[in-house]
Amino acid sequence: MNAPVAPAGDAWTTPLDQLDPSHPALFQTQTHWPYFERLRREAPVHHSTSSPFFGPYWSVVKYKDIMQVEVNHKVFSSDSSFGGISIRDRPKDLRLPMFIAMDPPQHDEQRKVVQPIVAPANLAKLEGIIRERVCRILDGLPRGEEFNWVEHVSIELTVQMLATLFDFPFEDRRKLSFWSDCATMPVEAGGYVTSEEKREEVFAELLAYFTGLWNQRVNAEPRPDLVSMLAHGEATRNMSPREFLGNLILLIVGGNDTTRNSISGGLLFLNQNPGEYAKLRANPALIESMVPEIIRYQTPLAHMRRTALTDFELGGQRIRAGDKVVMWYVSGNRDPEAIEEPERFIIDRKRPRQHLSFGFGIHRCVGNRLAELQLKILWEEILRRFERIEVVGEPRRVFSSFVNGIAELPVRIAA
Amino acid sequence: MPSVTYIEHNGTEYRIEVEDGLSVMRGAVDNGVPGIDGDCGGECACATCHVYVDEAWLAKTGTPSEQEASMLSFAATAQPNSRLSCQIAMTAELDGLVVRMPEAQH
Ligand code: HEM
Ligand code: FES
Repeated sequence: MNAPVAPAGDAWTTPLDQLDPSHPALFQTQTHWPYFERLRREAPVHHSTSSPFFGPYWSVVKYKDIMQVEVNHKVFSSDSSFGGISIRDRPKDLRLPMFIAMDPPQHDEQRKVVQPIVAPANLAKLEGIIRERVCRILDGLPRGEEFNWVEHVSIELTVQMLATLFDFPFEDRRKLSFWSDCATMPVEAGGYVTSEEKREEVFAELLAYFTGLWNQRVNAEPRPDLVSMLAHGEATRNMSPREFLGNLILLIVGGNDTTRNSISGGLLFLNQNPGEYAKLRANPALIESMVPEIIRYQTPLAHMRRTALTDFELGGQRIRAGDKVVMWYVSGNRDPEAIEEPERFIIDRKRPRQHLSFGFGIHRCVGNRLAELQLKILWEEILRRFERIEVVGEPRRVFSSFVNGIAELPVRIAA
Repeated sequence: MPSVTYIEHNGTEYRIEVEDGLSVMRGAVDNGVPGIDGDCGGECACATCHVYVDEAWLAKTGTPSEQEASMLSFAATAQPNSRLSCQIAMTAELDGLVVRMPEAQH
C-alpha cells in the first residue's frame, strides 16, 4: 500500500481558513516549510478545521508563543484523557497513561523516579560504554560500497544505548526499535501497523517481555537501570499494567526515534553544507556547538500538543477550553525573530542550545544531555576515522507530522 | 554596580559586576562564565541555570516560585539551597552575592 499523497493546493494561495499544515505527507516530502513560513507571517496562532486525520486544531508557530504555551501547564494540559501530546487523538479506550501525558502532581512524582538515569555521575559512566560501542560500530562499517546509514549506524547505536538504559538482553535489542516504530507509525503509512488492533498486539508482546524483566528486578536490589527504577520507585511500583506499558513506550520512543533521526540528519546536513564540514574538520572542538545545532535543524519531534483547560488569549486569538493546541517546534526553530538566519545550518552559533527541539517547562526532555552526549561521541569518533562519509542518494523520509524521520540514507565511505 | 561571585564546580571563582535588574543567570552567560547554560533564555523553563546560593545569602535571595520549585525538583543535583539563577534579579542589596555551580546542568 502506498501512503496518501500530499494535499493539492498551494501553501501561499490556499485561503488561510482552509490551510492544514499537519498533513503527514507534507513532512514526508519536505513541502511543509512554506506552510509554516506563511503562518508565521500571516496567522501565527491559526485555527484549522480541514485535516482529514486530526479534527480541528490550533497551530502555534512562533517561538515566543510556543514558549508561552510551554510554561503554562495549568492552562495547557498534557493529560492523555484529553488526547495527550500528539495531534492525533487515539481512540479513548486505547489511550495509554504515561508521565509525558500527565499533569502535576502525578507527572512530577513519576518523572522524579527515572530522572536519576541522567544524573551527572550516571552520564559519566555511560560515556565510556557509548564510546566503546560507537567505535565498534564505526570500525565495522563497509568500505567502498553503498549502505544505509540509518540501518547501520543511527538505529544500531540508539538501540544499543536503549538496551543499556533498560539493562535489556543485548541479543534481543532490535525488538526495541521495532516496538518504537510500531508505537509511532500512523496506520495510514503503509507499514507493519495497519490498524489499532495490530498495534495493540505489538504492545501486548512488549508488555509481556518487560513484565518478565520487571519480575526479575522487583525481587532484586535496586539498580540504576530504568526497569529497576520503575519497579522500586515509590510513585511507580504500584502502576497498573497499562501504566507500565505507557511509561515503557515513552522511554523507548523518547530515547530512540529522536536520537536516531538526529544521527541521520547530522550526516545529511554536513553533506549539504560543505563549508560547515570544512570548518568542523579544521576545528573538531566545534562538535560542542554543532550537536545542538543538528538537533535544532532536524527537530526530531515536529510538534507537541496540549489541550486548553480554560479559555486563553494567545497572539490575539481566543483559544477555548477543550481546544487542541499544537506547538509546531519545527516552525519555532525557523522563526527569524528568535534565531538569527534560522534557515541556515551553522555549526558555530553563539547560543546553539536556544531551540525548541527538547521542549521547555516541566516536560522538558529528560534525555536531552544524554542525546547530546551520544551525538558528540559519534562525531568525535567519525572525525578520527574518516575523511568523508558521502551521501550518495536522496534520503527516504517517514510519513508523519509527529516524528520527523529519515528511514533511509544511502552513503559511501571510500575504500 | 553590584557584584556576584560565581564558583565553578571545580572551585574556579569569577567575580562579575552585574547591572541592577539583570538576572544572576545573565551575569554569567553574558560574561562567558562557564557552568551556567540558560538554554531557555530566562523563562524559568529549562533549569540549566541551576546554582547553589551561599547560605549567608539565602534570606536575601528569597524563595522560589511554584514554577521554579517544580523545575528544580527534577534536577538530580538539587539541594535545599538550590535556585534557578534566571529568577534572581540583581539589586544593590545583593551586592557581594556568592553562588556555586552544580557538577553539570541538565
Ligand atoms: C535528540 C533527541 C531527543 C529529542 C529531540 C527529544 C524530544 C523531546 C521533547 C520535545 C519532549 C517534551 C515533551 C513535551 O513537552 O510534552 C521530550 C520529553 C521526554 N523525553 Fe526526549 N528527546 C530526545 C531524546 C531523549 C532520550 C535519549 C530519552 C531517554 C532517556 C528521552 C526521554 C524523554 C522523556 C522520558 C520525556 C518526558 C518528560 C516529561 O514529560 O517530563 N528523550 N523529549
Ligand atoms: S535560564 Fe532556563 S530556567 Fe533559568
